[in-house]
Amino acid sequence: MTQGAAEFHKVWRVGANIDTDALAPGAYMKHGIEVIAAHCLEVHRPDFAAGVKPGDVLVAGPNFGIGSSREQAAGALKQLGISAVVAPSYSGLFFRNAFNLGLLLLTCPEAETLQENARVQLDLKDIPVVKTAQGQILTCHSVPSFLMDMVSAGGLVNVLKQRMAANAVSTLS
Amino acid sequence: MSTSTELRVDRSAQALGSTLAQKLIARAAAQSHVNVGDVLTCQVDLAMFHDSSGPRRLKPMLDDIGAQIWDRNKVVLVLDHYVPARDADAEKIIRITRDVAKEWQLPHVIDSEGICHVVLPERGHLRPGHFCVGGDSHSPTGGAFGTYMFGIGATEMLGVVATGEIWVQVPQTLRMVWQGALQKGVCAKDMMLHMIGKFGMNGGNYQAVEFAGDTVRGLSMQERMTLSNMSAEMGAQVGLIAADSTTREYLKSVGVSPADIEQCDYFETDDTAECQRFDFDASQLSPQVAAPHSPENTKAVAEFAHIKPSVAYIGACTGAKLVDLRAAAEVLKGRKVAPGVQLMVAPASARDQAQAQREGVMQILTDAGASVLPNACGACAGYGGTFEEGATVISSTARNFQGRMGPASVQVYLASPATVAASALTGHISDVREVLA
Repeated sequence: MTQGAAEFHKVWRVGANIDTDALAPGAYMKHGIEVIAAHCLEVHRPDFAAGVKPGDVLVAGPNFGIGSSREQAAGALKQLGISAVVAPSYSGLFFRNAFNLGLLLLTCPEAETLQENARVQLDLKDIPVVKTAQGQILTCHSVPSFLMDMVSAGGLVNVLKQRMAANAVSTLS
Repeated sequence: MSTSTELRVDRSAQALGSTLAQKLIARAAAQSHVNVGDVLTCQVDLAMFHDSSGPRRLKPMLDDIGAQIWDRNKVVLVLDHYVPARDADAEKIIRITRDVAKEWQLPHVIDSEGICHVVLPERGHLRPGHFCVGGDSHSPTGGAFGTYMFGIGATEMLGVVATGEIWVQVPQTLRMVWQGALQKGVCAKDMMLHMIGKFGMNGGNYQAVEFAGDTVRGLSMQERMTLSNMSAEMGAQVGLIAADSTTREYLKSVGVSPADIEQCDYFETDDTAECQRFDFDASQLSPQVAAPHSPENTKAVAEFAHIKPSVAYIGACTGAKLVDLRAAAEVLKGRKVAPGVQLMVAPASARDQAQAQREGVMQILTDAGASVLPNACGACAGYGGTFEEGATVISSTARNFQGRMGPASVQVYLASPATVAASALTGHISDVREVLA
């Protein structure tokens, strides 16, 4: 992982049932990810896309990412430099898309106790934890190792590249 | 049914039985038995993608990793999201899609002839027993055919088209057992809105939902597709219905050969399989409506009698198939929509529209005042041609998220095509049972 446990991340808070259409609005789907990202979450938080900084953490309520299969919903957050989403639960389809794009999702039952503008550390051991500057420790569900590897590699495209390269080598030898 | 499969299934049933979902995954993973929670690599029988999730996203990535399509005969491309083009950007996306289809020499391209989830089975591509993925969240529609089909994003689709494989975690099964006869005017959409209201948008928790019982057995294929389709709005990975004689009849009607129909695997959930069972009495169900801005905001239609829609929209894979057009026509026959209501109908496929034309269904709808829109995702996808500021819409589509079908001020109520038609007729959200009485 690129994020050391020591690094502090600023928290942005959103509510429950954040859908893909809010993350990647349909009207901008014909454009590239830079344009989509500029409108990410604007229906709920018009200040988000312009204000978010690389390394920040998005903390949400349950059922984050429900709706469409459009992976731009995860891609927009990745584009904005969000280092992780922390929420009690996710849409399964969004969950797969996020890891495929190298975006870390932490499933954290107590996520909603985190406040806007809080500063948190992410300790990504076998059982990941989110620590606040005040010393609060929130335990997250473990992330399967093949998905952590996907995040480390920067997404499925890079994993496939490694696989193709390995296959090419084994074919040659 | 092939002999080898029979042997496999019989063996797995000896201990604790298997669910339909487990059997479908076991087949795709070449295992004799799979357990809930297992993470397995499955062989994909068919990959479907469309003009939004498909070539424009896949080609650059496929070139980047230096891979080829694993089996182009197992790929179906549908142009439905950006057609017909509304602007230069959409035109460009369509052009790229068509060019790439040629370059890849895709044998199965369905261009501007309807919505992917409807045209896929219509062309005989879905087979009971198969394991399929789609580049669209409503891909669980395929589950109506006893097919394990779910939606994935474009990058994951890259993995599938490059390798022919995908991982899946064997889900638990939530078995929705419906018994009894639906009242006249009440249909699969009402069943589904009721279930989404009960379980919530993520109540399916990415597990398998299976629809069973006499009521489901009695539904036509297209009505079953509505159930499976909106499994997405329950957050399920798949929405399965065991294939039966109705499925076989449908396959026959779309030109699948008798030999191919026989070769399919007709799996069912064993009585001894572990699943969560929920029972429903179809005869007690009233028409359902989901209020803005979530499909889970569902209540009986009577709660919404004060709502006066300015637009009545019959569209989408969820709510504009032939069966849906017929249901709307039954309500509107010989009548006109109320003043101030704009009725729009976007038939889900060209074939369904042609059949509706032959049956006089399209004539009834246009006589009632409907404007007919292209056979495409249209306003449902929210990619263009959405509703105007402040509009109140009653819609047969699947999602009423804020901002999806227009500006944030648009209020979308979801209902069955029959309820949409009844509401267009009276000018306020209405109980179709009273209109048909």
